[in-house]
Amino acid sequence: MARSGTLAGPRRRNGMGLARREAMMGLLLVSPWLLGFLIFTLGPMVASLWFSFCEYKVIQPPRWIGLGNYQRMFTDDLFYKSLSVTTRYTLVSVPLGILAALAVAVLLNQNVPGARVIRTIFYLPSVVSGVAVALVFSWIFNYRFGILNYVIGLFGIRGPDWLGRPQWALWAFILMSLWGIGGNMIILLAALQGVPVSLHEAAEIDGANSFVRFWTITMPMISPALLLVTIMSIIGSWQVFTSAYIMTGGGPAYATLFYLLYLYRNAFSWFEMGYASAMAWVLFVIILVCTLLTLRGSQSLVHYEGA
Amino acid sequence: MTTAASIRRRRSARRIVRDVAPKVLVYLLLLPLTFFIIMPFAWMVGSSFKPIGSGIKFPPQFIPNPIVFTNYPLVFKTIPFLMYTRNSLIVTLTVIVGEVLSASVVGYSFARLRFPGRDFMFVVLLATMMIPYPVTMVPTFIVFKILRWVDTYLPLTIPAFFAPPFAVFLLRQFFLTVNRELDDAAKVDGCNELRILFQILMPLSKPALTTVAIFSFTANWNDFLGPLIYLSSARMYTLALGINYLRSFRGGGDLAPQMAAAVMFSLPCIVLFFLGQKYFVQGIVTTGLKG
Repeated sequence: MARSGTLAGPRRRNGMGLARREAMMGLLLVSPWLLGFLIFTLGPMVASLWFSFCEYKVIQPPRWIGLGNYQRMFTDDLFYKSLSVTTRYTLVSVPLGILAALAVAVLLNQNVPGARVIRTIFYLPSVVSGVAVALVFSWIFNYRFGILNYVIGLFGIRGPDWLGRPQWALWAFILMSLWGIGGNMIILLAALQGVPVSLHEAAEIDGANSFVRFWTITMPMISPALLLVTIMSIIGSWQVFTSAYIMTGGGPAYATLFYLLYLYRNAFSWFEMGYASAMAWVLFVIILVCTLLTLRGSQSLVHYEGA
Repeated sequence: MTTAASIRRRRSARRIVRDVAPKVLVYLLLLPLTFFIIMPFAWMVGSSFKPIGSGIKFPPQFIPNPIVFTNYPLVFKTIPFLMYTRNSLIVTLTVIVGEVLSASVVGYSFARLRFPGRDFMFVVLLATMMIPYPVTMVPTFIVFKILRWVDTYLPLTIPAFFAPPFAVFLLRQFFLTVNRELDDAAKVDGCNELRILFQILMPLSKPALTTVAIFSFTANWNDFLGPLIYLSSARMYTLALGINYLRSFRGGGDLAPQMAAAVMFSLPCIVLFFLGQKYFVQGIVTTGLKG
């Protein structure tokens, strides 16, 4: 009795000690992220919430003005403009881009020879994003000497002044966004390849044609991937910056004044840090609402295997 | 008279129509789209060999005639291209080291160790992947300004040492697939956690680590907004800022040298992509991020 007691004692203590040690080690090793989260995410978010209620022009300390910055948005024509530009861009480029990505993914999933090469080509634009792309496209969209209008001209149509006309400039950016569908396409292609062949075979025996099979088997099976791609695309479309900064600078007549570009100008050209912080929070809320709406709206459409 | 051979022939002809026709259709649809994707690349490379002034010629040519090689040296003469390249490499390589090290440690902790609040913290980590950079951009800038880090590479590199969520997530998912028995055996032999991570898990996780490194390289090499905010003196510029700077020069503002610069700027990413294509695909599919 006594002996077993003394044996069990240290053993249990030792067991608890191990668990404690593991917990300490776990917290220690996770601390880089935790610190980073506090310093570079949570801290700045709280700070920017505070700044958003202040007038803050960097040279003077922040001065509390309550809802002043938010009220200012209601009377700021450029703020409206940037909201409307980005909203229109999102509403057109996201659905178009996803449809195009899905179409290409379906085509590549047909196991034609050379599909791998084509997949590689489609992904390539995602690797060279940014400045190089913006430089190339500024020339491609050139009204008189650009290759795009030349190709359009071959069909006997006179191409518009893409980047010089307010009614066309945003379309140029939408067209450019379609060039970069490769990332979405690869996610959707992976999802398509994950659809079990047995389901298709069973449906085929039951006499379902390929269209019926696509809608009743493929679409539900890839719906989680579609949802993911939709949300990521929406978030991305609210962060268009480099291309607009380089290609148009927001013009002509503010037709490509993307939200982030206007935020950047407020913060770093005019040092309106308070107003820019308020804009950042509005952006955060917009993205949050878009994401939640997409999640809510897709609830009945998305099928989770085994859920 | 129908012989068996002709029946067979007709059958095989029908089979060819049935099997081949859809494939032809797939090609007919895919090829114009592929052309649409390739065209800007082809045009970028082609134009980099055109003589000065060809940007304002009609009709535009795909294949340069005459072919000139002077645009590449012209880029080096107009802007300090090598210095910008060195700056970009400093930033990018530092970020890769920081990201791989810190995300490995944190990813290991999430994948293997039990500690209070772990699952909650992991959910928070996933949520932060959704927070757009602009939301924290302004106050982070102010903090770095107070620290007098503006116009140094510290604001661009130091955050990478605090385990960016994308890399942590990717590595954690990978560590979970590595058989636990190996590190249990090492633990019995008296290895501590860091030795298990660095000597057992990381050597086994080369594909995942490569994926993180490749993504980090392209993201930072191409990053424009970060350097634009933080770097003010021209000698600190990264290549992304530098080649945009090229536009403001006489001569450099022409099509051909700009395209030469664009080719040289995107070449490392393209080469890296072809070398590590499978890692790219794996990374995108695991995390849903597009690079």
